Amino acid sequence: MAKRIDISDLDAYYGNFLAVEDVNLAIEPRQVTAFIGPSGCGKSTLLRTLNRMHEVIPGAYVDGKVAFDGEDIYAEDVDPVNVRRLIGMVFQRPNPFPTMSIAGNVVAGLKLDRGRKVKKSEFDDIVERSLRGANLWDEVKDRLDRPGAGLSGGQQQRLCIARAIAVQPQVLLMDEPCSALDPISTLAIEDLVRELREDYTIVIVTHNMQQAARISDTTAFFNLAAVGEPGKLIEAGPTQQMFSNPANKATEDYVTGRFG
Amino acid sequence: MNGDKVFFGLSRAAGVFVLLLTLGIGVFLAVTAVPALRENTANFFTTQQWLPDANPPAFGIAALAFGTVMTAIIAMVLAVPVGTGIALFVAIYAKPTLGKVVAFLVDLLAAVPSIIFGLWGLEFLMGNMIGVSAWLDTWFGWIPLFANDQDVYTRSIFIAGVVLAIMIIPTISAVTREVFVQTPQGHVEAALALGATRWEMIRMVVFPYSRPGMISAAMLGLGRALGETIAVALLLSALFEINWHITEPGGNTFAANIALKWNEAGSIGLSALVASGLVLFLITLAVNMAARLIVARKRDFVEGH
Ligand SMILES: Nc1ncnc2c1ncn2[C@@H]1O[C@H](COP(=O)(O)OP(=O)(O)O)[C@@H](O)[C@H]1O
Ligand SMILES: [Mg+2]
Repeated sequence: MAKRIDISDLDAYYGNFLAVEDVNLAIEPRQVTAFIGPSGCGKSTLLRTLNRMHEVIPGAYVDGKVAFDGEDIYAEDVDPVNVRRLIGMVFQRPNPFPTMSIAGNVVAGLKLDRGRKVKKSEFDDIVERSLRGANLWDEVKDRLDRPGAGLSGGQQQRLCIARAIAVQPQVLLMDEPCSALDPISTLAIEDLVRELREDYTIVIVTHNMQQAARISDTTAFFNLAAVGEPGKLIEAGPTQQMFSNPANKATEDYVTGRFG
Repeated sequence: MNGDKVFFGLSRAAGVFVLLLTLGIGVFLAVTAVPALRENTANFFTTQQWLPDANPPAFGIAALAFGTVMTAIIAMVLAVPVGTGIALFVAIYAKPTLGKVVAFLVDLLAAVPSIIFGLWGLEFLMGNMIGVSAWLDTWFGWIPLFANDQDVYTRSIFIAGVVLAIMIIPTISAVTREVFVQTPQGHVEAALALGATRWEMIRMVVFPYSRPGMISAAMLGLGRALGETIAVALLLSALFEINWHITEPGGNTFAANIALKWNEAGSIGLSALVASGLVLFLITLAVNMAARLIVARKRDFVEGH
């Protein structure tokens, strides 16, 4: 189910502004890959090119190739809607649908007009499985029909993860999923990411170096020469090596906290 | 006294003032209507004629109520989907620059006085709508509403409803557009990232989030359609009978009838017109309150408490 992702010669633009330049990176299946780097270096932008959410912003486009198990998701005949259905995304700010119940949020993706229709009778099972998968079941099992917006921030974020995994995606993209959360919720999400890695290809953006060190297998470090310059991939490698013995001086400065 | 208290006092005074004003209007209408209602020898609610200055006076609002409600329904059935469609186009589908141009044009249209719509409806639209009415008669004549036994297709409730629809489309689309663009980007992106098409995203996020505002927009339009005087007075042939064949000439509304009859009315006639005005006033009040209730209920859920 999990897929490998190969990014080659990728440039991402906002109108005329080149935000990310010439990225080449392989993302392995059943691993957690962390994107780290100073603010504005293009981590979120690059993440959003992986499920074609980048182009949702007016004027934004990419140049280059992103292949899922060898298939280019930017090929002419590929519908971005179909790409997004294979990939779950969790955003920086928890965004459960405010007009839907907890259960309604979990199955929101299943109600879309997908090729394989899911029967309504399976919804209850999927709700339970997804909420268990997101470590949220015990906290909400008695109030599944209550609005999702009534939960705490950490619970909302786990609800968003449940919503993302309910459709059984092949890849899970997370953009600083803990940055709006308290330390306890953060630990809960980190535990969850470690569990989910068994089944999914996970890419996580984080500005928290300890978090990257704790949960990722591979780390990619991005940097930019100056504000207004494009962000670039400086180096990528096994997390342990990136934190103990990076090849690049800038990486070392960043992971040891000398800037960023 | 601090600023908050001053502001609170002022806004409460304004609220009380509006309430008293509304009440005052209602009381004035009721008091003025009493003489005619006393003298009336016919049933005020079921009679389909308007002879308040005859001896004895005999008048009723049945035909007026029918015409008012029917033209408003036709206007809403046409204007809500079209106005919503324009708003969706402007707020979501169109490129930003094209969207701005269309929004500007729609806003311009909202500012056109209703007499212009009335004249345009009379001189241009009525002639061009004959074909549509005849087509409805030919193909959907088996539905009583669209049957036309007179083979005359002008000055009908249907035409009046269409003109009202065109009048209120700008209002509805302008308000709905403002509501649509308020949809939080985070929720829009959540839906798209799940693999929703744009239309699925709209149904999943934009509509539920905007429902209170969409209802308010529809109510604004409905209020204008119910109260519209001059355009309808120009278009209808002012008959006092209930005719379900909406493409045939005929029909009348509260507002148009008041405008047409006011100058020639005697003292009982004036009082009778005020009585009909009171009914219109109560209808609009009821519609607004119903809308407010629906909006309040929906909002509870949106905020999730
Ligand atoms: N919607 C946008 N429109 C224009 N420029 C943007 C937009 N989002 C991000 N950028 C720019 O792209 C660059 C990379 O931003 P981002 O990917 O958000 O960085 P990061 O996630 O690493 O902090 C920044 O210079 C930022 O200002
Ligand atoms: Mg970011």
